[in-house]
Amino acid sequence: MSLPVLLFAVVATVTACSALGVVLARNVVRMAVWLLFTLVGVSLLYFLLGAEFVGATQLIVYVGGTLILIVFGVMLTAQAPLREIRTRPAEWLVGGLVGALLFGLLVAVSYQIAFPPSTHALPSVAPLGLTFLGVTDASPTGDVTGVPNGVTVPRTPVAYLLPFEIVSVHLLVVLVGAAYLARAKRRVRS
Amino acid sequence: MPEFWSQLLPYPWNVAAAGAVAAGLLFAFIGGSTFLAIWAERKVSGRIQDRLGPTRVGPFGLLQSLADGIKLISKEDFAPDAADRFLFKLAPYLAFCASFVGFLALPFGNGLVAENLNVAAFFMLAVLSSEVFGVVLAGYASASKWSLFGGVREAAQVVSYEVPRAMCVVVPVCVAGTLNLNTIGTQQVGWFWNWNIYHDPFTFVAFFIFFICATASCKRAPFDLAEAESELVAGFHTEYSGIRWSYFFLAEYGSMFAVSGLASLLFLGGWHTGVLPFEPTERFGFWPGNLLNVAVFVAKCWVLVLLMMWLRWSLPRLRIDQVMMTCLQYFLPISCVLLIGVCLWQLLVPADVAQVVSYVLAFGWTGFLAVVFLSTLRTPTGAAAPAGQLPGVWAGQRAAADLQAK
Repeated sequence: MSLPVLLFAVVATVTACSALGVVLARNVVRMAVWLLFTLVGVSLLYFLLGAEFVGATQLIVYVGGTLILIVFGVMLTAQAPLREIRTRPAEWLVGGLVGALLFGLLVAVSYQIAFPPSTHALPSVAPLGLTFLGVTDASPTGDVTGVPNGVTVPRTPVAYLLPFEIVSVHLLVVLVGAAYLARAKRRVRS
Repeated sequence: MPEFWSQLLPYPWNVAAAGAVAAGLLFAFIGGSTFLAIWAERKVSGRIQDRLGPTRVGPFGLLQSLADGIKLISKEDFAPDAADRFLFKLAPYLAFCASFVGFLALPFGNGLVAENLNVAAFFMLAVLSSEVFGVVLAGYASASKWSLFGGVREAAQVVSYEVPRAMCVVVPVCVAGTLNLNTIGTQQVGWFWNWNIYHDPFTFVAFFIFFICATASCKRAPFDLAEAESELVAGFHTEYSGIRWSYFFLAEYGSMFAVSGLASLLFLGGWHTGVLPFEPTERFGFWPGNLLNVAVFVAKCWVLVLLMMWLRWSLPRLRIDQVMMTCLQYFLPISCVLLIGVCLWQLLVPADVAQVVSYVLAFGWTGFLAVVFLSTLRTPTGAAAPAGQLPGVWAGQRAAADLQAK
């Protein structure tokens, strides 16, 4: 067994066990901690794949941001009735079914898509970003990952500047809206 | 590093050996620095408060940290009854892990880095910001309201200060055009006006904003609201004792050194002395050159850490609303302006003007520091005061003993 496979096995096992921990734990804060291990495990998988930028983004967005907010909220609101969450049998059944279906779907799909060409060196973050903005074209030339074998996808020189700007303005609007909704209401002086 | 080990060991083992050696060296660096930094903190605080600090244990009290360590190890490992045992025990290790992992991407010299990541600056920000998780969990799991308040304050403070800190990191990254800390370091080779801090006025200001935000995100005074003794007993580590308590301090000093290293790499020329117009590793060879590099880099880290200590013992603690206001109303807009400013500077200002400005900044700031330093040597205190008179700023007032005699 080679080193990457061994590392993948260890990290994936820990991630999967922590994910189970999120489901099986009853205490809300414990769930958040298991979720922390799951998310860190996923980012470790990204690092193992050589996708450093995605791994670091996973850490800063989910671990440093979202999870802190979750724990923050839980700490402020966790009173006796909310602290313990018990799962009813019907929920076990529905959740288990949905999980099994999703797992089956993922396995079926992952056996259909082509393996990425191992000889093709992946571009680093800077050329990817420049390609994204349409400055240079460093888009990979080999087979597209995630597409069934034998299907050729036409590649075009990509420039996602306009969609990127639209999405960021959209996010900005959401932020302003959230700040507006959450602002302290001014009392009308009578 | 794996290349070096591949001469000695076959494939999977050379990677493992390189990893183990790097981790061991980093752990030794964090442990040794913390050992000395705790002693330095006590000495600095003592001298600032007109005391001697530790003197008894070893020469100059240097072994004080060892004595503290033995005391902490031999203390009872204690958890409150109502505490969530699992999380209570886990939290210190989480905090330490975050600050340790931050060092993985920190180059100590040219190519002397545990893992030369392409996105090292981003990675360090991501990892160092997750140190707060351990603190928040410690606050929650202790089942004490003081700890909980400390944890909540810490979460609010760190999450807010992360934003201007990250924006200030982007400013030199815009100048360098890369997130790779090793490349950013090698770009600042040569004389000290090549350092990023002197590149233009915006990076100059960004360094100070970054340093303040880094101090705040290490929860150092004047931003140590999470462990404010006067209001919260000891904040998030109220219920901790013994070796677990010391892990929090290992994490705190570790992240102090990590952000100081990040600051010196991004702004202060990394491992370059600033007075040698060549890269030491190219002139002297990899290992001898890097010996100099590591010495310079660690010295720069220590200067910044000592600056943090100086700030801690000179400034009063802020109130929590002042801390949040400083961040959200001042640092956030300032860092946005800096980011836009540095982009415009690079686009619009011609190269000759930019070069002149960087000379002015470099020599002006160095001259200012030199004048301040020399002025501290100038004033004679103590011996110059006549009998019955107080020296220095109290000159002209009569001594207390003199007053009592009347």
